Amino acid sequence: MSIIEAKGLARTFTSRRRKVEAVRGVDLTIDSGEIVGFLGPNGAGKTTTLRMLTTLLRPTAGTATVAGSDLLRDPVGVRRRIGYVPQAIGVTAGGTDPNCTVSEELTIQGRVYRLSAAETTERTRLLTAQLDLTGLEPRLCKTLSGGQRRRLDIALGLIHSPAVIFLDEPTTGLDPQSRSNLWEHITGLREKLGTTIFLTTHYLEEADALCDRVLVIDHGKIIAEGVPDELKRRISGDVVTLSVTGDQAQAQATLADHPGVREIALDGRAIRMTVEKGEEALPAMLRALDSHGITLESIQLARPTLDDVFLTLTGRSLRDDSASASQDEQDPEDHHDEALAGAGHQGRS
Amino acid sequence: MTAAVTTSPDARAQAPAPGGLAPVRPPNWLLTFFSDTWLIFSRQMRLSLRNPAWVIIGLTQPILYLAFFGPLLSRIAKTGALGVPASNPYSFFVPGLLIQLGLFGAAFVGFTIIADWRAGVIERFRVTPVSRMALLAGRVLRDVITLTAQAIVLVLAGLAFGLRAPLGGVLVGLGFVAVVAVSLASLSYTVGLVLKSEDALAPLLNMIMVPLMLLSGIMLPMTLGPHWLRIAAKCTPFGYIINAMRGAFAGHYFDSIMVEGICVAVGLAAICLWLASRAFIKENA
Repeated sequence: MSIIEAKGLARTFTSRRRKVEAVRGVDLTIDSGEIVGFLGPNGAGKTTTLRMLTTLLRPTAGTATVAGSDLLRDPVGVRRRIGYVPQAIGVTAGGTDPNCTVSEELTIQGRVYRLSAAETTERTRLLTAQLDLTGLEPRLCKTLSGGQRRRLDIALGLIHSPAVIFLDEPTTGLDPQSRSNLWEHITGLREKLGTTIFLTTHYLEEADALCDRVLVIDHGKIIAEGVPDELKRRISGDVVTLSVTGDQAQAQATLADHPGVREIALDGRAIRMTVEKGEEALPAMLRALDSHGITLESIQLARPTLDDVFLTLTGRSLRDDSASASQDEQDPEDHHDEALAGAGHQGRS
Repeated sequence: MTAAVTTSPDARAQAPAPGGLAPVRPPNWLLTFFSDTWLIFSRQMRLSLRNPAWVIIGLTQPILYLAFFGPLLSRIAKTGALGVPASNPYSFFVPGLLIQLGLFGAAFVGFTIIADWRAGVIERFRVTPVSRMALLAGRVLRDVITLTAQAIVLVLAGLAFGLRAPLGGVLVGLGFVAVVAVSLASLSYTVGLVLKSEDALAPLLNMIMVPLMLLSGIMLPMTLGPHWLRIAAKCTPFGYIINAMRGAFAGHYFDSIMVEGICVAVGLAAICLWLASRAFIKENA
């Protein structure tokens, strides 16, 4: 059963008398209980889409139903049933006031979601235990560590047991230990509560570790979606690297005609190829090289990563932040989101 | 434990609250608004009391004026130029200082909304069912209470320096302070939310507030000035309010000056609140 359904969701910003299409027609369906990752380079439209689905930004076109309520006609209905954890990087932080205590934040959050005082206390007790925040209740938020503060952000988003929670870059800025710790909490949410989770991320290993399904967005449009493994197989193929002595050009020519070889490039003495079902293609490739009298020095077969998928789809690496989207894809109104980070990187590159 | 969620938008009215925890309250708009305003007010007030330094710093400037500038006025009062009895120059001066307190207190609350926005607090609450008007009203209420408390301290200090005014007049004056606080605070929040930058807000506020203060006749009556200056002063709101307050301090409650002052104060508050509510309610922030 779908819990989020969007059709043709689009957002155009007008800045300096220039129209910028940040999101240009996103269709997506997310089923109840899914963990879905939203992947895309800086300025691709991830945060803009998320902000539209969470009623923070009105779409310029398109419709969506979120948690049973129509996004445009009943935004308050949507707000009642969703949780949202804003990104905590860049200009803005994750939503806690540095001078409030942990328990004050959880209490007011319960009250604005119209929980009774007793329910708020009960939920606070449960969430502090679940998210390892027990004992921190009287502390001011500014005294918490990055991981603790992020877990508090998530607890705030969960206070009213929402059917679906939106996490914008949940682990960005955390050390590896806090990150894997948070991953456990996120998967635990779905296992224990059946919460639907829609998250954006920069980290491919995060998408790999957490998500049932990923949506890849670029230039404001979803360009691929699927189970991570399936995406890797379908889009990238395996990466085979062979080092040869002798005539590399001839080796390249021999291999280029081989069935299943998608891309081939010569890199010094190494020939890099993307090959469908690499492990099956390899023996025949070796025989072909042998028959041309080419000697092999080494063989390497690598499974594709989501980054390879990304590279194939968008022509740029997700890891390489400097290859962020052009200024046109950036969201001029959201100075606090990925757009600014992208602009900064561009300046440096 | 997540409740079944219906996909049909038509079912939303009777859709169960997720998790069965959040009871969907009867949509009594006004009741929700008041209870949400109280929630936000309590939070902001608690934060203010946790760091009372700013409340005290805000008071030092007018108190310094009272101490170091007030005595100079005693001489001028003797000439009759202030329009108040020579024995009581402070009934001229204190109303002006009360407005100055507002101009440099309530008008600068926009900085706190930028800090809240940076902390992600604004977005966090905008995603909840909380009334967006209450996000504004709760904050403005905090500012009104803070400014009124500061005004009371300032009036008491004025009494110590020799201010003599009827209690009714002082209460009317405090009423004006409260209404002015509503105007300036909501305007400041609006500008803060729109600019989202302290670097832009500080010069802008100074650019607006300093001329407004000078043209409002806080230090000396504008009647001393040349014709063009008096015209310029007539075009700004605070002179009317200060004149009404000075009248109240002298015990004149029912004259045209008072009517003018009330109209200007309430009109200004209405305009500022309207602008601010647009900024807080608007879908895209």
